[in-house]
Amino acid sequence: MTQAFAQRHIGTDDDSQSHMLTILGYESVDDLVSAAMPASIHADLFRQDGDSALPPAATENEAVAELRALAGRNTVKRSMIGQGYYDTFTPAVIKRNVFENPSWYTAYTPYQPEISQGRLEALINFQTMIADLTGLTTANASMLDESTAVVEGMLLALRASKSGSRRFIVDADAFSQTHALLTNRAAALGIELAPVALTEQTTADDLGDYFGIFVQYPSGSGRIWNPQNVIDLAHEHKALAVVAADLLALTLLKSPGDLGADVAVGTSQRFGVPMGFGGPHAGYMAVRKGLERQLPGRLVGVSVDAAGHPAYRLALQVREQHIRRDKATSNICTAQVLLAVMAGMYAVYHGPEGLKKIATRVHERAGALVAALRAIDVDVRSDAFFDTIQINVPAGADEVVAKAAASGYNLHQIDANTISVSVDETTTLADLSYIVGAFGGRDAFGHVDFDAVQHGLPGDLDRESEFLTHPVFNTHRSETSMMRYLKRLADYDYALDRGMIPLGSCTMKLNAASEMEAVSWPEFAGIHPFAPKADVEGYLHLVRQLETWLTDVTGYDSVSLQPNAGSQGELAGLLAIRGYHQSNGESARTVCLIPSSAHGTNAASAALAGMRVVVVACDELGNVDLADLHAKIAEHAADLAALMITYPSTHGVYEHEVATICAAVHDAGGQVYVDGANLNALLGFARYGDFGGDVSHLNLHKTFCIPHGGGGPGVGPVAAKAHLAAFLPGHPLAQSDEHYLLGSGGATANVVHAGGPVSAAPYGSPSILPISWAYVRMMGIDGLKQATGAAVLAANYVAKRLENSYPLLYSGENGLVAHECILDLRPLTAATGVTVDDVAKRLVDYGFHSPTMSFPVAGTLMVEPTESEDLGEIDRFCDAMIAIKAEADAVAAGRWPADDNPLHNAPHTAQSVIEGEWEHPYDRATAVYPLASLVRNKYWPPVRRIDNAYGDRNLVCACPPPEAFE
Amino acid sequence: MTDTSTLQYTAEHEWVLVEGSIATVGITAYAAEKLGDVVFVELPEVGSTVTGGTVVGEIESTKSVGELFAPVNGTVTATNDQVIESPELVNSDPFGAGWLIKVEFEALPTLLTFAEYSALIGE
Repeated sequence: MTQAFAQRHIGTDDDSQSHMLTILGYESVDDLVSAAMPASIHADLFRQDGDSALPPAATENEAVAELRALAGRNTVKRSMIGQGYYDTFTPAVIKRNVFENPSWYTAYTPYQPEISQGRLEALINFQTMIADLTGLTTANASMLDESTAVVEGMLLALRASKSGSRRFIVDADAFSQTHALLTNRAAALGIELAPVALTEQTTADDLGDYFGIFVQYPSGSGRIWNPQNVIDLAHEHKALAVVAADLLALTLLKSPGDLGADVAVGTSQRFGVPMGFGGPHAGYMAVRKGLERQLPGRLVGVSVDAAGHPAYRLALQVREQHIRRDKATSNICTAQVLLAVMAGMYAVYHGPEGLKKIATRVHERAGALVAALRAIDVDVRSDAFFDTIQINVPAGADEVVAKAAASGYNLHQIDANTISVSVDETTTLADLSYIVGAFGGRDAFGHVDFDAVQHGLPGDLDRESEFLTHPVFNTHRSETSMMRYLKRLADYDYALDRGMIPLGSCTMKLNAASEMEAVSWPEFAGIHPFAPKADVEGYLHLVRQLETWLTDVTGYDSVSLQPNAGSQGELAGLLAIRGYHQSNGESARTVCLIPSSAHGTNAASAALAGMRVVVVACDELGNVDLADLHAKIAEHAADLAALMITYPSTHGVYEHEVATICAAVHDAGGQVYVDGANLNALLGFARYGDFGGDVSHLNLHKTFCIPHGGGGPGVGPVAAKAHLAAFLPGHPLAQSDEHYLLGSGGATANVVHAGGPVSAAPYGSPSILPISWAYVRMMGIDGLKQATGAAVLAANYVAKRLENSYPLLYSGENGLVAHECILDLRPLTAATGVTVDDVAKRLVDYGFHSPTMSFPVAGTLMVEPTESEDLGEIDRFCDAMIAIKAEADAVAAGRWPADDNPLHNAPHTAQSVIEGEWEHPYDRATAVYPLASLVRNKYWPPVRRIDNAYGDRNLVCACPPPEAFE
Repeated sequence: MTDTSTLQYTAEHEWVLVEGSIATVGITAYAAEKLGDVVFVELPEVGSTVTGGTVVGEIESTKSVGELFAPVNGTVTATNDQVIESPELVNSDPFGAGWLIKVEFEALPTLLTFAEYSALIGE
């Protein structure tokens, strides 16, 4: 007998729920949610029971079997397509111990650095690898993908250049997906793009006025040329040079830094991360000295802990959107941590010599292919190349590509006469013989002579500078050593496999093993994003189903799965609104209203969509101030583009007036963007599209179970009503531009998403979509509704249990919260001097990850237990919080001094309680075993409290020398 | 030790010391405490012209960012290099070694007195 998956996913069983309901004074979960949520938005008002298009819940085995069938409809050919995506061997030790290991994939973004030292070290390895290979000073902790990184490079150049121009020069020989992204993003910001065929002979006159220049190195067609001259010209013009570089090629070629580049960008995909039909992968960005504060995204730096030992944490956070809002360096919050960890570990495992060997073999295989093709008089155009060659076949490209495909190889056809072939780490001579065969060069016995090798690296660009000299890249050559290094780092960290992570607004729910199953199957992992449509039938079917289901549960009409993060979904949604207004001849509508309580990303995304942010005040209950909203609408009646509102609000409350607010915006000709960050409090009970939303992004990494990966990947689909559907992101290289549209009367229709792309790959990060697909497939509409109910129940139960220790800051109808609750610590701080930080770090001693600190209100903790935690774990958390309150009271009562007590000194490492004389006014057991249950189940933090200021004042973002740890 | 009662103030939590035609500008202890540990200070270039009430620099802490407003119209005659090297001076000595810029002005606008500023921050 197989148990229904919903019962595995939801932590509280019937008995637990009835106990919790009794404490809250409600008969049933439905009663509780009905009391908390305004009746005016309830889904029952808008549709009948049984209207859902979701199939009935499948069991885990059934869902996996269906995914097997879908996988079987994909055809895995050997990809020689290139264009920024290359097949690679994921070392099995990394696949098993990182990619498929919940200790790595269920961790959150390392906001609590004391319990995140493992992945912070892994990320600083990644940053060191990127900085070394690119020859630049500081690299960030990854970007969403290469093309997005190029866009961010353009925006960085615009901020940092003193040229005053708004014109950006783009290498005409760059990847076509990068051209498409630049075009879309530049248009929204009034940046003029100038494609130029850059060469060694380019002169200042060829370039005109510009603030930055973008070079692809080696070029999109695989050509290697020396961009030194172009970079020098840019500097003479006070412009910045942004270079997209192939990391593997950089082991043999002169680095962008050595050529004078200001910014280097690219992808680390070919360092052991499967192609996955486009993602997720870790893009990268590195900058020269002086531009650190201009970097977008996460940056890991070294600081010291309370004992003076080196410790890692996120650096320069004030650059980011949660603080600077519309003035932030970027709207991107997330990184691609799990994938950056894998790519960094690939370099740790292979080391500089190993990487050079791989690169050399790739180059030699490409050279062997050139020689073999030339030997049969095929017109190979490429003389200077690394791994990609172009071949001229007059009027014969179709035939050669078809012949190669018949032998199991995908080549890249540029036009009727031109083919490009990319060699990678996995390419064998046998593979090459089939390629030569497609050009007619294989004899009757299948033999091809590969004795000759055409060398393609121009001598003036040989790499001279060293890289990866740090011991971490020169130690772990045996699998035993590598496995233990990965285990040691994983043990430093607190992830969902240890206990609850009650982070408000982050929805750290279960990432079920059966949901993860399909991700590494070759039929999903081994597919190139630009593979022919016939090869990806299974993927397209999965995409279509997920689009249909997501529209169904949100009340919208069409969904694009392309955005690689919530922030990118926001941007895509706002660009759709912009496109819609423009198509109606209302280009003047550029004002975006955003409540003061909104997440900073909203404002940052609006700025990048070319909109002007106008802030709407909130009242003392934390809700949108209706009087101020009406005043702002009236003031901007002619230029109102949109309102962005989060529902339930960022305060974790179902705002009563949401339907009224949406109507007021519509009456004034504006569109309503509902931020889907908190959808986990709504699914099954209410739908954005029903109560006034025009467009939303969803966070599949929150509500739909994609693991957080320690700070990425994310998937942020954008869902919209029919009138916006045509403006959703499309992609010039998409296998199909037709997407699901809910037609009238529930009929299935199609729509072409014709907006510009926001991600490098047509379907964003498709290889992790099976996770959300499996979640919806196994829950069904009833299961999703039960999960929402359990999440709301858990949050209200926590609020109730803690009400005498920590006042609840905001609540809605009947004093209830939605799926999370904000505990106000300001009275405690005023009375005892104990801060939010003290409580957060003391929770580590009790074996917990802190709730969200000081968001959305400073001096508070926001708790989101999610539906997946069971009552035992929820009670354990509440007990810890109550015990910590008692400790704070002891400080207030003078039992412990304000600057020497278990809270102030938290977290306590093993070393801190063992070494030297114990001179604190509390005993060692109180320090590390405040509850007896911890003796047998103790998480030991590897470092004490980290000094954030020290690290920001003394910025170091690369691996410190081993002596630092002695 | 600077006698803070002799300084003038702005509603943006800056203090102004007027000596002849030169105004020395910094942020108040109240502002420094609200910002938290200051880690980075960006100041206007010496010789640049500034307009009263506009943003001319930034003061970054580990958790937030404050804007530096010019309190008067004028020309920047000096910036505090020491504070760029050691931003923590803004926290440790906001009214002294943590000064930020000196501006040469022609006319002084009406600023807040010590008493008015104290009332503003509720002290």
